[in-house]
Amino acid sequence: MTEPDEQPAQRWDDQWADQPAAGADEPVSITAYPNGPLLVRGTFEILTPSGEVIPPRRKTVALCRCGVSTLKPFCDGSHKAIGFKTEQEPPAPQPPLSA
Amino acid sequence: MRIPQSRGPVSAALLELLKTSPTAAETDLATTLRELTARALGETADILQDDDLQTALFLAYELRYSGLRGVDDDWEWHPEVLALCAGIELEFEKALRERAPMPELPAPGVESVAAALFELTGSDTGPSVSRYMAKKATDEQAHEFLILRSIYQLKEADPHSWAIPRLRSRAKAALVEIQADEYGGGRFDRMHSELFARTMRGVGLDATNGHYVDVVPAITLASSNMMTMFGSHRRLRGAIAGHLAAFEMTSSQPNRLYGNGFRRLGYDKDVTFYFDEHVEADAVHEQIAARDLAGSLATDEPELLEDVFFGAASGLFVDGLAGTQQLDAWTAGTSALRVADTASLPA
Repeated sequence: MTEPDEQPAQRWDDQWADQPAAGADEPVSITAYPNGPLLVRGTFEILTPSGEVIPPRRKTVALCRCGVSTLKPFCDGSHKAIGFKTEQEPPAPQPPLSA
Repeated sequence: MRIPQSRGPVSAALLELLKTSPTAAETDLATTLRELTARALGETADILQDDDLQTALFLAYELRYSGLRGVDDDWEWHPEVLALCAGIELEFEKALRERAPMPELPAPGVESVAAALFELTGSDTGPSVSRYMAKKATDEQAHEFLILRSIYQLKEADPHSWAIPRLRSRAKAALVEIQADEYGGGRFDRMHSELFARTMRGVGLDATNGHYVDVVPAITLASSNMMTMFGSHRRLRGAIAGHLAAFEMTSSQPNRLYGNGFRRLGYDKDVTFYFDEHVEADAVHEQIAARDLAGSLATDEPELLEDVFFGAASGLFVDGLAGTQQLDAWTAGTSALRVADTASLPA
């Protein structure tokens, strides 16, 4: 027999306040991979045009950005065959429009 | 795994030694093994195609995976077995470094490394087993294809998992993200190795790990051994990262064609699901592997840059040799499998 610890376990909900762990309120991240798909991580739903949920098969998905995937909305690697190119760098922030 | 057949003096001497107790290793058996290994390494015409040496290394490595039936698990870390591995690995790695065509190395950086890996894998002019499978393969050839693949695919992802504790930082997280998906997100029935077993059973093949080792050529064992060698040496962590990247980057479209081939031959989703799943999975993995794994690793540890490309180039080279052999046999109307010694096959 081991003595129970005097202190109860602690659970800090503020530890990842800027980057919450998986949960209902987790912000979804979308990363644009150069010359390739958009990788989506987090808790999200992908819907068909008629609103039906496309069941997710994995935690991180790649969405087609070149338009020729045979698995749309998911990427199937076809962008490489057509030489799909994205901009080298993300566009610099635009200066605010002055009145 | 059931103990595979020996294919020459070294693998035969290793199997003799492994039948004994590791705590009371027979010194004459060990001495014989060392002498035969040294001689075979000196005489081999091509270590990548050497049935005896690749089988010996495969047997020794299997002790690190599922073990060999009837062999004491303590042999895994026995100095005689480690010495055998080290001897073969030295020549094996040397052959790969001499023969795998290396691209011009980019500057270490996430963008530059990923771009160079896409360039390397995109210009791979290896034989297209996948196009043959899609359009021409007979049912018998499709069975041979699965038998050849089974050596690695029944332990799919395992060799690269060795690298997880050997990496740090962003590269480790990227590898874990890929491997978690390979292992079905923690669900047994979605593990890729299990999906492959389902495909094998779906066409009437035995999906027991190692069931078909005796009928695959040396180059198929070399392909598997290369991954274990890269994965289980910390020094080669750059190579295993590069290998995984190249593997993932040359996987999506071929898997679409493999699936089409099995559909053409009349098989349903039970058989094709493995391939269809890989079209989608590897389109995700290749991005993570190229940038977040290989790119980050080469950026954080620039001294590993060359090995990242060595691992990628070696993977393309060895699997290209295996594919050429396979297609040459098929187009000549012969089997891509080797004839096992039926006399010593278990009943």
